[in-house]
Amino acid sequence: MRRSADDRLFRISTGIFAAMVLALVAGIGFELWRQSSLSIAKFGFRFWTGRVWNPVSGEFGALPFIWGTLYSSLLALFLSTPIALGIAIYISELSPRLLRQPLSYLTELLAAIPSVVYGLWGVFVLTPIVRKLEMAVPEALRRTPFFSGPPLGVGMGMAAIILSIMVVPFTSSVAREILKNVPIAQREAAYALGATRWEAIKVAIGYGKTGIIGAVMLGLGRALGETMAVTMVIGNNPQVSTSLFAPQYTMAAVIANEFTEAADDLYLHALIEIGLLLFIITIFVNIISRFFLWSTKKRLVRA
Amino acid sequence: MITTIDMERFNSALAPSAVMLENMNAKISVRDFDFSYGSAKVLHGIVLDIPDRQVTALIGPSGCGKSTFIRSINRMNDIIPNARAKGTISIDGRDIYSADTDVVSLRRRVGMVFQKSNPFPKSIYDNIAYGPRIGGMRNKRELNELVEKSLIRAALWDEVKDRLHESAFALSGGQQQRLCIARALAVDPEVLLMDEPASALDPIATTKIEELIWDLKVNYTIVIVTHNMQQAARVSDRTAFFMLGRLIEYADTKTIFMNPKEKMTEDYVTGRFG
Amino acid sequence: MSNARIRKIISAIAESLCGLAVLIALVPLVLILFYVVKHGFTSLNWAFFTQMPKPVGEVGGGMANAIVGTLILIAIAALFAVPFGCLCGIHLSEYPASKFSSIVRFAADVLNGVPSIVVGIFAYGLVVLPVRRFSAMAGGFALGVLMIPVVVRTTEELLRLVPPGLREGALALGATRSRAVFSVIVPAALPGILTGILVATARVAGETAPLLFTSFNNRYWTTNIAQPMASLTVQVYTYANSPYEDWIRQAWAGAFLLVIIILVLSIIARVSVRRLERMNRP
Repeated sequence: MRRSADDRLFRISTGIFAAMVLALVAGIGFELWRQSSLSIAKFGFRFWTGRVWNPVSGEFGALPFIWGTLYSSLLALFLSTPIALGIAIYISELSPRLLRQPLSYLTELLAAIPSVVYGLWGVFVLTPIVRKLEMAVPEALRRTPFFSGPPLGVGMGMAAIILSIMVVPFTSSVAREILKNVPIAQREAAYALGATRWEAIKVAIGYGKTGIIGAVMLGLGRALGETMAVTMVIGNNPQVSTSLFAPQYTMAAVIANEFTEAADDLYLHALIEIGLLLFIITIFVNIISRFFLWSTKKRLVRA
Repeated sequence: MITTIDMERFNSALAPSAVMLENMNAKISVRDFDFSYGSAKVLHGIVLDIPDRQVTALIGPSGCGKSTFIRSINRMNDIIPNARAKGTISIDGRDIYSADTDVVSLRRRVGMVFQKSNPFPKSIYDNIAYGPRIGGMRNKRELNELVEKSLIRAALWDEVKDRLHESAFALSGGQQQRLCIARALAVDPEVLLMDEPASALDPIATTKIEELIWDLKVNYTIVIVTHNMQQAARVSDRTAFFMLGRLIEYADTKTIFMNPKEKMTEDYVTGRFG
Repeated sequence: MSNARIRKIISAIAESLCGLAVLIALVPLVLILFYVVKHGFTSLNWAFFTQMPKPVGEVGGGMANAIVGTLILIAIAALFAVPFGCLCGIHLSEYPASKFSSIVRFAADVLNGVPSIVVGIFAYGLVVLPVRRFSAMAGGFALGVLMIPVVVRTTEELLRLVPPGLREGALALGATRSRAVFSVIVPAALPGILTGILVATARVAGETAPLLFTSFNNRYWTTNIAQPMASLTVQVYTYANSPYEDWIRQAWAGAFLLVIIILVLSIIARVSVRRLERMNRP
């Protein structure tokens, strides 16, 4: 009898702490909502389509930041995914046994470097190099919208490069797990039909397809929320532009830069509303990626 | 597991004349074949001739090396690190372990079906078309014909002809295995290696596979590993008995089961061990 | 050229591209470490560790307050996250199949993906706004929230690894559930749990964004957690954005220190994970 009462107490008390985790997630959402109420009330849907961000006149439109975040993240995904997959394939399928541990450790090291250090290095080391590269872009390409404007070094291109470096280790380590769990029977079937090594690898990738998509989306989620490194190299100019040379602004960056400068409540609420959107978008991406990863895990475990 | 082995009789069991074929054409010729995983030697001096268009069964207790041996015929063991082969295995007179062998082409000539069926997560059609496609076949009509022919040969066509584009995983275990056979047949091999193809299947499905093997041998040289002696007796023309990595006896199936020359063979087939 | 030959060439090219990908990824790693060491190591001096930042424009000074500040913030974060995270992890491992547990697990994963700056806003609203003051407590709280998902997940996983025979043995001896868990199972998993805490700490030691408007920054020395507090990361950021060469030099030094701290933490974590794996092998 004493045992079951103690059990109940145990379950409930640990359960309270577990519930706190739920409360945190809900609390964050709620708090963001509450603290952005002024801005939501004033601008409504116009907030998301407005291009003008003018704290002085009290005109707040978040489109440039949404654009900056999405564009930089998608560019980063575009750059990082092939590299991350290449690394995952190399480490799990091609590399000599002895190299596996050190290589995977080195890629994890990339993930451990703090964002502000990436930013510092990005500003002082990489930007001059990228600026030289930008200046070397041929005239013909300069006329396209992707390379228009003065080559400053800082800008969307730099942000995409830094973001992709930061995203690679995440995507590659998850992809590696997926590939590791593809049953060897699949590759054997391919080899027995006369497949080359690359063709057998393609079979393995096809088997783990959903999981790899999940891995890529995980990287996307990471890129969307990245703050410090981006704000140090993107130029922090709220304009909407497709040019890689143009300095732009992301949601996370504007919050980081202007939060402590916000003189009035409306300004603060506008910034927090951007935070709310960032929260919603990253949760959404996260959920989708977890779904992909979960359904792959089910199939791999069943096999 | 037998506890005492008469080493002298063991070593003398490898009388070459018993394993070479005189008047039949040997499709596959094995001479002095050794195989090791790292420092562990698992096959010792195998000498064997496998006749064309017949079913040869490999039997023996678990761990005797029969699976390793059959996987050596299409060099599937190459995938395993630290695996080393010595000696020769010749198909139609050409040693497949020579330095200039193209393993990719070898595996199209020598197909394999595995113990547990392993269809790709694709449709039935795409599974069978996989081999021809990587071989360069693009023409829709040719592929359709080839898929149909392979499924007919594997005695699966009637059951799946209306659902070729459904997932292969929707099939039953026995059907999946026949699908894998069809997939192997689609690249037009000359030899078909089967590593315990029915061991994961129920008796009815097993019977279907055995009937299929009997039909297939008209066109293909078949080598089958089985731990089920009744199956070997039912299905094969010749049987090879392996033990501890050595070939103990090799003769036509009737002799092995009714009138084996070696005591160890007799002990095994009468169920005294293994 | 035969079909087989073409395919083999394609295979070789594809494989080398994968190897190339590894090299491409290693280049920035090497470059970052190189420059951080090059600019940072040479800027490290005794003053860096012992002195306070000098007024704007003056050369010299150090980051003593920021270093201590970071340690204090991490301590606050751990004080908050470790009990919460561990108890939550314990619940999830003891009742793995319940609906509640699945929801909590999902929430922990979601929390893991929330951008750190958003967590900072949350901490701002909860801890800064009510008292209208930046404080180390707010910063520590934000970092703690970031640590919780990692601690929860590693605690749960490690507790699940403990052989079930241990729990059955303890219960058979008449121990209550809480007794069995806390006196037998948790100690058995303790090294792993500590490793998880180390990993979580390494993650938040490098965070900057959530501190920008919670613990803010402080030019002076303080250990009062109700006051704004300097931190290594924020200081590096501030100095990096400044036009003063000496400050930028110090920023590199700070970055170097940060990287060393995180490297040490992650090496310790990795080594103990390997030791644990070896111990758990039957």
